[in-house]
Amino acid sequence: MISTLGHFVLFLALGLSLYAAAGAVFGARTRREDWRASSRNAVLAQFCLVTLAIFLLEYALITSDFSLRYVANNSTRGSLVRYKIAGLWGSLEGSILLWAWLQSLFSALVVARYGDRHEAVMPYVQAVLQGIAAFFLLVMTFAVNPFTPLVPVPPDGRGLNPLLEVTDMLVHPLLLYLGYVGFSVPFAFAMAALITGRLTDEWLKYTRRWTVIAWLFLTGGIFYGGWWSYRTLGWGGYWAWDPVENASFMPWLTGTAFIHSVMIQERKRMLKVWNLALITLTFALVIFGTFLTRSGILASVHAFADGPVGALFLGFLALVLLFSLGLIAYRADRLKGHGELDSIVSRESAFLLNNVVLIGICFTVFLGTIFPLLTEAIRGTKISVGTPYFNRVSVPLGMALLLLMGIGPLIAWGRASWNNLRRNFVKPILVAAAGTAVVFALGVRQAEALLAFCCSFFVVGTIALEFFQSTRARARATGERLPVAFAALLLKSRRRYGGLIVHLGVVIAIIGIAVSSVYKVEREVTLKPQERLEIGPYTIQFHDLRAGEQPTHVLVWANLSVSKGDRPLADLRPGQRFYPNQQSPFASVDARYHWTEDLYTILSTFERDGSSATIKAMINPMMAWIWIGGVVILLGVLVAVLPERRLAMLSVRVKAQAT
Amino acid sequence: MRLLLATALLLGPADGAHAAGSDVEDRVREIASELRCVVCQNLSVADSPSDLAREMRNVVRDQVQQGKSREEVQAYFVSRYGEYVLLAPPKRGFNLLVWGLPFLAVLAGGGVVYLVARRWAEQKPGVRPTVDPVYAERVRRELKDRE
Amino acid sequence: MTWKRLLIPLASVPVILLLAYGFRTDPKAIPSPLVKKPAPEFRLTVFGGGEISLAGLKGKPAVLNFWASWCYPACYEEAPLLEATWRKFKDQGLMVVGVDIQDKEANALEFIQRFGFTFPNAPDPGSKVSIDYGVYGVPETFFVDRHGHIVYKHIGALTPGILEAQVQALLKGS
Repeated sequence: MISTLGHFVLFLALGLSLYAAAGAVFGARTRREDWRASSRNAVLAQFCLVTLAIFLLEYALITSDFSLRYVANNSTRGSLVRYKIAGLWGSLEGSILLWAWLQSLFSALVVARYGDRHEAVMPYVQAVLQGIAAFFLLVMTFAVNPFTPLVPVPPDGRGLNPLLEVTDMLVHPLLLYLGYVGFSVPFAFAMAALITGRLTDEWLKYTRRWTVIAWLFLTGGIFYGGWWSYRTLGWGGYWAWDPVENASFMPWLTGTAFIHSVMIQERKRMLKVWNLALITLTFALVIFGTFLTRSGILASVHAFADGPVGALFLGFLALVLLFSLGLIAYRADRLKGHGELDSIVSRESAFLLNNVVLIGICFTVFLGTIFPLLTEAIRGTKISVGTPYFNRVSVPLGMALLLLMGIGPLIAWGRASWNNLRRNFVKPILVAAAGTAVVFALGVRQAEALLAFCCSFFVVGTIALEFFQSTRARARATGERLPVAFAALLLKSRRRYGGLIVHLGVVIAIIGIAVSSVYKVEREVTLKPQERLEIGPYTIQFHDLRAGEQPTHVLVWANLSVSKGDRPLADLRPGQRFYPNQQSPFASVDARYHWTEDLYTILSTFERDGSSATIKAMINPMMAWIWIGGVVILLGVLVAVLPERRLAMLSVRVKAQAT
Repeated sequence: MRLLLATALLLGPADGAHAAGSDVEDRVREIASELRCVVCQNLSVADSPSDLAREMRNVVRDQVQQGKSREEVQAYFVSRYGEYVLLAPPKRGFNLLVWGLPFLAVLAGGGVVYLVARRWAEQKPGVRPTVDPVYAERVRRELKDRE
Repeated sequence: MTWKRLLIPLASVPVILLLAYGFRTDPKAIPSPLVKKPAPEFRLTVFGGGEISLAGLKGKPAVLNFWASWCYPACYEEAPLLEATWRKFKDQGLMVVGVDIQDKEANALEFIQRFGFTFPNAPDPGSKVSIDYGVYGVPETFFVDRHGHIVYKHIGALTPGILEAQVQALLKGS
């Protein structure tokens, strides 16, 4: 019953979505408000229907209704409730339903917020958003239906992949999808601007907050994925340049480039074509990412492919690219901005270079990802393009970006005079030199690490200088105490200072990445009980091997005690989890995480009688700084996008404190 | 600053004393990090926790102890598994595309930026804002007082 | 709109075509460099005792099959075919050798008993032989001719047609 109902609901939602798109366009072209209003209602109705579909599937999952094949494949009777809920996006069909729901939600929000304004443009925004939603609904209604029935009904389900039955599964996919779907909104506005020919910069204004928030979710999703991978998968790393990881990284890169270059368009009305192309590319990369995940053409950890889905997504990708690039080409003559600069050395140039580097990294990642396919097509051989390649090519580009992060915010718009450069950069350069010297004296000799430190000190120096100088100037001008002045400054120029905090977060993360990879120490030793392993300043003693039965698996673990010198530090229990229908066990990592360095242990192999265990231990210095950097980025974005009203109240309170 | 000092201090010892035979281990890890773990998704033989990866590391270790060079070990694995087992494509022939294009693209992009910025700078009719010198002097003096 | 503008959207076409080509490739089927080359030497101890080696085959054409008890369903599908082929052609001079990789002895013996294997099967300690043969997964089967050269590598479960054809080719070749 749920099966037919669910399928019908999706079918209906598809119909409404097509109507909402067509009706909006028709209403716009014939200037009939009744059609437009009706199509707006259709958007809201469609959202309700897709929500209903989600409820139906979740209900089936929570009540373990195995008459649905999807429920049988993604949950078991014994799973915890939260993993039954997460089973919704555990594999292909459900993930498409989740995407469709988020797409409907976002287009309903856009319609509710802006629907009755801008009658020239909004109908097309709505049409594009509904068109995208319609595609995802189409894939479900005609190809991979989450409500497919299963006959005969099995007594129990197969369950989620054990790797996914963790709390992280509740967070990571949602963050990523919110980012992906979020980018469809500025894309829709850009398309509407192109279709209607209203190519002023208004569309940027409306979508700025959407873009930044979508970027925030995508950044959060990527960082969270790395964190999950590090803590759980047992190889001690957080990023493997897997094709699907790359697929989330590429839109992030173009999205970052877009956020920066729109600042130029806002101030100087230049780069219109470029910005439209960037947001188109970002959205196209989002679709490319879903295509890679679901087509099965590249082997990957995340890939979950099925039948015609890949072809459908490729077709949609082709449609998106041809349509949007075609529109840009069509309107190109109307988009010529009047670019004017006082001098080549200016913030505009720094931002343009930022774009070049970011697009350069994106191009590298894209090329590396599809090169095996290209090689197979042209040479007929299969090759791999993996971590050594990506690291070697993107690290220099990353350093260049780091430098630009320091230079960009402090160089003047339009024209940078010598005075301007001298005043703003001499001190940070001194800080960089001094810091690098100190770090060198302390034993850091590796070129990459030194370069990373040098550039990072420079950037931190520029940010600190900016904060300090502005706070001091404001304090002098208004008589506020320094902390109050600082807070008021943050609230007043949110974008600028929020942006600087984001840069600070990026620097912290880059330092973490550089140091943890260059100075990683690893040892793998086979130990008998009571034997010890020395790694760095730590001594790890292996006591014994134990086994215990958990509700879903058998856990075998080694009891280790860690000491530093003669001071006992921690007890660690790395182990392996054996699941009944999995051929090889899953690692159960145990580590001591600390802001200075992580001591990470894995149980590699063991003798069944407990007579010996092979322990792999790793020291990852400053690994935590990567996650801390991510949190700082989050804070920076929040500062940058805080809404006006709440800010006004806060600044009133701050002023009251000052007097 | 103190933060970074403390961390750098901690880095010192980790970089320091090596156990005997660890030169071999370092070379094994270096070579293994460029080989693909054949039963994993995208991990290197050095990183992968799987059993087969460990056994492949043992094979690498045997060969290193026999004095084979990095190229020879790689050639052995390529002769059994094909080029696919190398995690980064060797820098020759068609593969030069994937190694060279990114840098070319960035250089080209930088060149375009330079040309575009120069064109924009030339387009602006060099208007220099003129300021009343008396006023400018007063502003300068007052700013100096504040510093 | 001039034809030059059309280049902008058309630039995406080659990428789309390349991705479409991707549907025809199988990311798991990696061609072996050992085909048409001499088969690497191996020496293994068979389950139940005794030794088997390539040299010991002494010019007989051989089917070298890599399997595991956890390899479900593919190895289970081809196992009866292998045993049947062995029984049919052993008098004509064919050798069939099974190599069990990454497995537990108890499970392997159970597998052997389940399918009634009468051809020699050996475990591969340290996976030295499977690494030597560039085995990516199970099942994989190598067809070795009388001169000790690998003529064909099959990835995945064998089908009756392919197995029959390859064995006939091996026996016919001189």
